[in-house]
Amino acid sequence: MHSEMAGQAHFQRDVRNFIVNNFLFGQPLELQADESLLRKGVIDSTGVLELVAFLEGEYGIKVEDDEVVPENLDSIASVAAYLAKKLSSRS
Amino acid sequence: MQIEEFLENSARLHPNKVALICKDERLTYRQLEERANQLAYALIEAGVQRGDRVVTFLPNSVEAVVSIFATLKAGAVFSVLNPTTKPDKLTYILNNCRASAMITGGPNACATAAWGRIPHLHSVFMLDATDAQAESVRAARKHLIRLEDVGTAGDATPPAKKCIDIDLAALIYTSGSTGHPKGVMVTHLNILSAATSITTYLENTSDDVVLNVLPLAFDYGLYQLLMMFKVGGTLVLHDSFAFPTVVIDKMIHEGVTGFPIVPTISAILLQMDLSKYSFPKLRYISNTAAALPVEHIHKLRSLFPNVALYSMYGLTECKRASYLPPSQLDKRPTSVGRGMPNEEVYVVDEAGNRVGSGVAGELVIRGANVMKGYWELPEETDRCLKPGPLPGEKVLYSGDLFRADEEGYLYFVGRKDDIIKTRGEKVSPREVEDVLYGIDGIAEAAVIGIPDKILGNAIKAVLSLRAGSQITEQDVLRHCRTLLEDFMVPKVVEFVASLPKTESGKISKRAIVERQQEPAEPALKS
Repeated sequence: MHSEMAGQAHFQRDVRNFIVNNFLFGQPLELQADESLLRKGVIDSTGVLELVAFLEGEYGIKVEDDEVVPENLDSIASVAAYLAKKLSSRS
Repeated sequence: MQIEEFLENSARLHPNKVALICKDERLTYRQLEERANQLAYALIEAGVQRGDRVVTFLPNSVEAVVSIFATLKAGAVFSVLNPTTKPDKLTYILNNCRASAMITGGPNACATAAWGRIPHLHSVFMLDATDAQAESVRAARKHLIRLEDVGTAGDATPPAKKCIDIDLAALIYTSGSTGHPKGVMVTHLNILSAATSITTYLENTSDDVVLNVLPLAFDYGLYQLLMMFKVGGTLVLHDSFAFPTVVIDKMIHEGVTGFPIVPTISAILLQMDLSKYSFPKLRYISNTAAALPVEHIHKLRSLFPNVALYSMYGLTECKRASYLPPSQLDKRPTSVGRGMPNEEVYVVDEAGNRVGSGVAGELVIRGANVMKGYWELPEETDRCLKPGPLPGEKVLYSGDLFRADEEGYLYFVGRKDDIIKTRGEKVSPREVEDVLYGIDGIAEAAVIGIPDKILGNAIKAVLSLRAGSQITEQDVLRHCRTLLEDFMVPKVVEFVASLPKTESGKISKRAIVERQQEPAEPALKS
């Protein structure tokens, strides 16, 4: 449990870095880990595709069509939790 | 007939029918009619008069729908702006149309902190205003009305009619080649004519349930609402296609019969495995904004064998110009069809004379759907509204080059200007270049479109820097993102020593485009 939490914190950092670099181009923006990326205007439909491509490329996972849902991808925290779940089910 | 009567008539004919489904909300025609009447009275109370402009700056939502009809009921002119519009452009548009009221809410509502720079705006209707937001509006001596304080039920009688059908109903802002957005002036009669023609060929009835994921600021999205309310159907309003399975589940759950798309949505759909879904209620899919690649047409036809696929073409200035009857699709997959019912389209040469089949020329549109002109831009208006066959008549020159086959079906050839179509939206290179030149250290900037599998065209910025400048791609994109809507932000940035010039010393876009030797760029950044 403890290492899972630590893992998620690590994922959150990676995901935040990716989002800040790719969608905000380094612009500082107050972005809470549980804030909706869509509603905040950070990503849109093509942004979601880029996020999926990043997750698949970086972590070697396959994001299934029915996993592309707000519960998994609409905030930094949910992406990190999704990643943790996905990677643990693989090992 | 006036456009608010679409809602009023349907509320009389189908009071208890679900008119609008948005997130968890389901509203009947009667409920929407009551809410729109309440907001209309509040607008009038706030001082909004016949012909005043009222800007709706909200995401796709029940409130956005209510605000459009409330504005019309108050005798005013609505203008819906994309929720990703940045503060400078928002301020520009509010001043350009001298909006007297604005209806907004959510995190984007504070995007315009510049209330003091918008003198004509006297009232701001805001949903869920924070104390800080309310204070910033009041500090600029504007009237703040909390949208949630406006009643939702009560007087079912609409305000007395003030307009006639040749009055303006809407200003729809579109990209202009000068870099500033232009307000397309459409009257009640323009909208009624276009909506009648389109619902005729789509064979819409009150049994239709249309799913709209496109922004209401985009005329294609807006018309889904207007047309469903005209025929007394049901609109399922969603805010984006970002999570496709959520949209697909909704389509199936709500028994959607009509699904309007743009090529980017088709590209995303075709990347998915749709074999496990079935869409027994789906009757048609329509596409516009940019042509569907033939490969998409074939795949969509095999994925949705019993669904009519409409290829269409249009521009905001006339709403829609042409559609291809689905029965013609297999025979002429690359055609965007012929004129709509009660509309004439034809191809002309440089002198304005009609040309025969097979000859490329500019497409001209003649019909009651053609706009009245660009808001307070007489010269730009004269460039596209030119004399037609009848004395005093004006017809629309589209700026798009087409050729027609022997049976009059149209094929897109290219644009006369350098406007880029990306994700179905028009982008003026000049608007992006103006923003790029605002970066200290950029010597020259040129913006072009490059082919992209998902976007149709992706925006590419080619830049040269002043000596000693350390600007990076990140710096450029960050600057663009703060000043431009998402779809205008370049996808690709290239730095070059200097840009190619014409003999007269101007930057040569043609030479830059010719330099783009690479075939199609990958759809997504790695």
